[in-house]
Amino acid sequence: MAIKVSVKTVRGPLAAKVKEVSGQDPNVCFQCGLCAGSCPMTGEMEIFTRKVMHLLQLGLADVVIAQKMAYLCASCHTCQVRCPRGIDIPAVVEALRLLTLRHGENYLAPESIPAERVREMPQAAMVAGLRKFTA
Amino acid sequence: MKIGYYPGCTLKSRAKNLEDSALASLAALGFEVEELPRWNCCGAVFSLANDDLIHHLAPVRDLIRAKDAGHERLITLCSMCYNTLARANLLMKHDEEKRKTLNLFMEEESDYFGEVEVLHVLDFLRRELGWEKLRAAVKRPLEGLRVAPYYGCTLLRPREVAIESPDLPVMFADFLRALGATPVEFPEATACCSSYQIIANESAALEASAKILRAATASSADALAMSCPVCEYNLGRRQGDVRSKHEGVGELPTFYFTQLLAIALGLPQETLGLKWNEASSLELLKKKSYLTVSA
Amino acid sequence: MSQAPESLTAKLIPIYIMGKRYEVPETLTIMKAIEHAGYKFIRGCGCRGGICGACGTVYRRPGDYRIHVGLACQTVVEPEMVLTQIPFYPANRASYDYATMEAVGAAVGALYPELFRCVACNACTKVCPMDVEVMDYIAAVKRGDLAEAMRLSFDCIQCGLCASRCMGELPQYHIAQLVRRLYGGKLAPATDHVDAMVKKIADGYYQQKIDELKKMSVDELKKLYTAREQEPHQAPELWKAKSAEGL
Repeated sequence: MAIKVSVKTVRGPLAAKVKEVSGQDPNVCFQCGLCAGSCPMTGEMEIFTRKVMHLLQLGLADVVIAQKMAYLCASCHTCQVRCPRGIDIPAVVEALRLLTLRHGENYLAPESIPAERVREMPQAAMVAGLRKFTA
Repeated sequence: MKIGYYPGCTLKSRAKNLEDSALASLAALGFEVEELPRWNCCGAVFSLANDDLIHHLAPVRDLIRAKDAGHERLITLCSMCYNTLARANLLMKHDEEKRKTLNLFMEEESDYFGEVEVLHVLDFLRRELGWEKLRAAVKRPLEGLRVAPYYGCTLLRPREVAIESPDLPVMFADFLRALGATPVEFPEATACCSSYQIIANESAALEASAKILRAATASSADALAMSCPVCEYNLGRRQGDVRSKHEGVGELPTFYFTQLLAIALGLPQETLGLKWNEASSLELLKKKSYLTVSA
Repeated sequence: MSQAPESLTAKLIPIYIMGKRYEVPETLTIMKAIEHAGYKFIRGCGCRGGICGACGTVYRRPGDYRIHVGLACQTVVEPEMVLTQIPFYPANRASYDYATMEAVGAAVGALYPELFRCVACNACTKVCPMDVEVMDYIAAVKRGDLAEAMRLSFDCIQCGLCASRCMGELPQYHIAQLVRRLYGGKLAPATDHVDAMVKKIADGYYQQKIDELKKMSVDELKKLYTAREQEPHQAPELWKAKSAEGL
């Protein structure tokens, strides 16, 4: 992945927004990778949480939100309880999702879920999923 | 005094087996619980964004209902409800600014300051009864039953609402031991089953479930015990889909921990709600001759 | 001396209809005030009796940030109120095959998956002109308790104001209507006397009378209609028709 880093990207508004919405500072991350190693959902992620933190340090939130990664987080908080720097990583990932969701773009349209799945699904999964994936 | 009980939506439908077996067991153990007279869906997940207060309304409203009904303690069975309610409660207790805004917004409700204590039933049993007393109450020990205790995420993480240390939990195993079962250690006991990801990213979700089921299969457990309806959906109901796509996953009956409790307490079969379990669960119980038909 | 109509003698007060100031008699309902101001209703006006739900109106009072609601035909104007009608709301309305539909919460959720987007903000209940506990009936549907949702939503008049305020974009009133239909047709206990009457009618109990009516002229029909026995207003509970003909 080719990236372009400059003072402009590092001080850009998107990464600042992620910081504000998540209440977390990705700059304290020292890149140990324990988070990515703990993540149960890496199977289909193009980039893992460690790299996400690094990209955010460089101000490249737009690079991160172009990936599917933020929508693969299950908010299981395994990374969060293990992070030696005390970063609430799921909160950072939630903020990344909200960058697009808050503009009214659904990641998952409720009506696209097959009716027979909705019928058998525990309500908790429907409620949680629509909270994470709909605008 | 009766203890407040928050069921959650899933326990009134697809996870009726979790509710029925739990309520019967609690009654048999002498605890009086009372469902909140009025409640709404808790929201299932706690909002993680710093500036998103609207998604805290649902759990806080339920906590207000508990307080208004005169309850000091509120017990939950569904892990996700527990997590959401417990975290919302901490927020209302400790975050003065957000508490003020939320209370102001809900002008039609009484003000709330985090007064109610939110407890998951597993933790409640440990505190209020203790495993020795539970062992003494067991009428039909689950001898020879190898059960893999699956905690999942929401009972253990984040740390501030963990029912015990998220690094090395023992409560579930102790509980199973008290029932006379043999708890089986397996490395994925606290791993995530993918939770709500099943509705959006199915293949990634089934892969996460496969890791857990594979580890449990390798530990030669007879069954998997859990307390979350979404885990049960991913690991039980969708087990066939996992197996068809991933190797090394054996057929593993799943139970809610309260179903095993009800069996061990000698409660009749109709309190177990087995029609909501997969067929393999019923078969295992028949094979072990654990089922009691009421007189 | 004949008395002037109330609308001519009543004090005039200013109100704002869609932002424009009008002076209207203070005794009028919002609906009559809108007509007094010169508007003509083609839609957004139905029974004029507070039942049909066609004239949902939102308004604000000066110095108050809150949005208040009322049915235009039932709410009397207040000085300086700023109002607009929301006679219709383009809320999602699912189509379904009633005959094959199972009367369970999961089936309702499958038709309206947005149900699970409710955040319990309570804006729906606050806006309801019929004081229906909208948030609570949505909670009941979510957990699959159709009987409770039916009970709680029974006074709904389908005005749609709940949907207009919903941040989850739920069509609460359409969901509730489906629930009541499912409850009424598939869950409510059958009543023997209704079943017996339906069978009686199906077996041709009224056929002869209908045939007779079909042969009548318009004048004969009018005469018959005018002469029919009607239940008087505020009739005692045990009122009975003098003749059992046609019953």
